[in-house]
Amino acid sequence: MTVQLSLKAVDKFYGPISKGVHAVKNINMDIHKGEIIALLGSSGCGKTSTLRMVAGFEDTSRGTITLAGREIHRLPPVKRNVAMAFEGYSLYPTVTVRENIAFALKAARLPEAEVAAKVTEVAEMLEITDILDRYPTSISGGQQQRASLARALVRDADLHLLDEPMGQLEPQLRTLLRGRIKHYIKERGLTAILVTHDQTEANAMADRIAVMEGGVLQQFASPEEIKEAPANLFTGTFVGEPPMNVFPATVTEAGGMIHLDLQGGLDLKYPVSEFSDPVRKAMVASRQIVLGVRPYAVHRSDQGAPAQVVANQWLGDQTHIAASFAGGAIVLVEHDFADVVLGQDIRVQLKPEDLHVFDAKTGQALSHGAELA
Amino acid sequence: METVNPIERVLRGVAITLVILFFMFPILWIVLMSFQTNETILRMPPSVVFTPTIENYQALITGKLETSAGILEIAFMKNLFNSFFLSTASVAIGLVLGVPAAYAFARLKFKGSEDIAFTLLSFRFAPPLLVLLPLTIYFQQLGLANTYGGLIWVYQLIVLPLILWIVRGYFEDIPADVEYAYRIAGHSWGATFRKIALPLAGPGIAAAALLAFIFAWNNFVFALVLASADKQPVTVGALAFVTASGIQYGQIAAGIVLSIAPTFALALYAQRYLVEGLSLGAVKG
Ligand SMILES: Nc1ncnc2c1ncn2[C@@H]1O[C@H](COP(=O)(O)OP(=O)(O)O)[C@@H](O)[C@H]1O
Ligand SMILES: [Mg+2]
Repeated sequence: MTVQLSLKAVDKFYGPISKGVHAVKNINMDIHKGEIIALLGSSGCGKTSTLRMVAGFEDTSRGTITLAGREIHRLPPVKRNVAMAFEGYSLYPTVTVRENIAFALKAARLPEAEVAAKVTEVAEMLEITDILDRYPTSISGGQQQRASLARALVRDADLHLLDEPMGQLEPQLRTLLRGRIKHYIKERGLTAILVTHDQTEANAMADRIAVMEGGVLQQFASPEEIKEAPANLFTGTFVGEPPMNVFPATVTEAGGMIHLDLQGGLDLKYPVSEFSDPVRKAMVASRQIVLGVRPYAVHRSDQGAPAQVVANQWLGDQTHIAASFAGGAIVLVEHDFADVVLGQDIRVQLKPEDLHVFDAKTGQALSHGAELA
Repeated sequence: METVNPIERVLRGVAITLVILFFMFPILWIVLMSFQTNETILRMPPSVVFTPTIENYQALITGKLETSAGILEIAFMKNLFNSFFLSTASVAIGLVLGVPAAYAFARLKFKGSEDIAFTLLSFRFAPPLLVLLPLTIYFQQLGLANTYGGLIWVYQLIVLPLILWIVRGYFEDIPADVEYAYRIAGHSWGATFRKIALPLAGPGIAAAALLAFIFAWNNFVFALVLASADKQPVTVGALAFVTASGIQYGQIAAGIVLSIAPTFALALYAQRYLVEGLSLGAVKG
């Protein structure tokens, strides 16, 4: 696998270095040729800033960016060979959708027949053939968004940057296009960074997900790994729907038992043997921890700890039950209709193999199930 | 939909008519005057009934003004040409210099850019009389006095800040990402300016050029002091009708009609640009 894009110690300050808004903090990232990367994070976490530095619309305050073996962070946009679909579409209002899509191909002096064929192909893929001869101001937001996406995807660039390219689309269309766009990118061996705050989209389309928060790259790994082994408390609670349950706890080992003291006076006891040796040692050494458990890993069981139902939602294919637990709340997901009523006392079981353990001070993951992080 | 009741509509009509009459009356009166002789203009009480004559226009166009003291040569057509030439050339140069500068001020936020832009605007605050005296002396020393070049140069004081500030606003209204999209698609900075920024700001540039043209055309003081007869525009040339043997109201009126005609026609023609220019905001988002 060859590295296509490499960000090394990249910082972005708006305003003077060290004094201005520190939007992107020391990002290091290697993206391989042919990979689709999702940049996932909440609004304002620095996703767009990162893309704009790669594209060359914002200068790179610190660090280096290498694309296809060329150092590009000081080159003007025209020399970077990067395609981009903008968050705000940014179509040229004075020409038709077709010309908007064809602009870059014409600038690259492709033969006319080839331009026409490429435009038709990408327009069919994105279901916009019927609006090709309309002007951007006369089409809907969702259509503008697809036109803008087409304008980026039609190009044969070293890197495709897609900034929230499907935010305006209806759910059905979004689901359909997710698959098609992924296929289109893979078929051509393009390298793409997809910015999104929709984790379903990130999971569905990306080979690897880069989770960002507060300008910091929190974790960069495959969707499975991010789900199974979140690197820290942020990633753990940010990725996953419904979010991971978390409970601060104090760990002690006494009389062959591990005690997890949760808030509200709840003391969970486990025989030492239920934890793998390294995990047990790490937990005891850390002492102050945060326990994380995914909602679908929480089960009702007579051996469990007491909880009281505060909400019960049947979503058509699964039930979300919320219950007060350990001075806070716990959410569990069941795959059948659950016959519980508000106020009902239930017992829930947290199994050691389902526990994610984080250090309370640093937020870094200590262990996932039986494995050390 | 708002339904307008008939009484309101009538009242509105009356109000608009009054406003139009108020503003148009002087112009209408001047047009009427331009078809009369001095005798009918000055009779008491004034009347709108008269036999129209075109001798005022004839005098202006042939350049021979008949007064009781004899025939006077006037250079009205030459003045009209001067006005036309000076205004057009000033606006053209103002556009060549001002539009790229406006783009730079809009897009490149460099250190001190606001200060420079404001300094240029401040030329509009200074009363022309303040700069006239030193300017006259410089111009005489430099040999620029009474030349078209010198006048066009001074006219930049009028047109350049105007063009710069209006056009800059239009450039700022174009979302930067539209230009970035074009640049990343393999176009240089200059090509983006020509192919994206200029067409999108086009209506605004037209509006600014039109305003600058009218301001230049209406200028009086600079031309009065810095130009002699053969370089004078109509605004100054009209003084020739104040003769030793009296004021030629008819010819002044005809002169005014002829001199406002070009700007008037231009404004009417460019109206749609002005409207388009104002709705440029539709590009955003
Ligand atoms: N041009 C700018 N000037 C100053 N601050 C900015 C600018 N653009 C973005 N920011 C700030 O940088 C941070 C990251 O923004 P952005 O990259 O747009 O986030 P995202 O795309 O993840 O929503 C935000 O705090 C935002 O307010
Ligand atoms: Mg963004």
